[in-house]
Amino acid sequence: MAETVLFWIFFAGVVGAGAQVVLRRNPIHAAMSLVACFFFLAGVYLLLSAHLIAILQVMVYAGAVMVLFVFVILLLNLKEEELGRERVTVWKGIGALAVAASVGLIVVLALRNAYSGPVRDLAVEQLPTGFGTVKAVGRALYLFSVLPFEVTSLLLTVAIVGSVVVAKGKI
Amino acid sequence: MVGPLHYLFLGAVLFALGGVGVVVRRNALIVLMSIELMLNAVNLTFLTFSRFPLVKSAPTQAGFLSGHTAVFFVIAVAAAEAAVGLAIVIAVFRSRSSVNVDEFDTLKF
Repeated sequence: MAETVLFWIFFAGVVGAGAQVVLRRNPIHAAMSLVACFFFLAGVYLLLSAHLIAILQVMVYAGAVMVLFVFVILLLNLKEEELGRERVTVWKGIGALAVAASVGLIVVLALRNAYSGPVRDLAVEQLPTGFGTVKAVGRALYLFSVLPFEVTSLLLTVAIVGSVVVAKGKI
Repeated sequence: MVGPLHYLFLGAVLFALGGVGVVVRRNALIVLMSIELMLNAVNLTFLTFSRFPLVKSAPTQAGFLSGHTAVFFVIAVAAAEAAVGLAIVIAVFRSRSSVNVDEFDTLKF
């Protein structure tokens, strides 16, 4: 019961804040709405017993990535006229409708038969012990995907050096 | 009772929101934020299928929590993508004095 109530609260939060990201004209308002959206999503992840991922969502997304966004917005310091006029054109309406329709079509086609049989609806007590905790996910990472995990550190190094080189202008 | 379809529906709504943002908005920063929304919708779908597995038997040791490891890598790649994307926005803003993607049309035929 509590799960249902919490789910619908988080659902409203995620969709409301996500809509603000798309609709707001000022990028700083959009960035703050995105932070709120990520916090509500972390709540949804907790409902899915993904404890480590929920913490990572708050620390990496709402923390690190969004600080980066806010810093860039601050650095660009866009004036009111530089934001440009967001014109509502027929083509944009057609594009938005096409995206929404294609996502809806894929969802209907994919989910119609996905859980047609008896859903393996595990109660929290039936989950394997330690599901989603730091220990279990860490073991899964280190036992079964060590190479991708190490390559991730290489990717992050390349991204750091690359972004410095691109943004610096003259070296 | 909240089942897997509820979570998948939330993921689909979030993905559609992000897609509409990429198509409709002309501000490069908001386009990048919409891409982050879409990546989060994918993460939510991964976690849902990890929590409510479709297989009949219990998942094997290797399959157990593989959805969570996938989400971990998506988060790492998204952080790298945001860093490089924002650096490109800064570099383009320096030469064009604009973040409007309609004005970045040098490669347009």
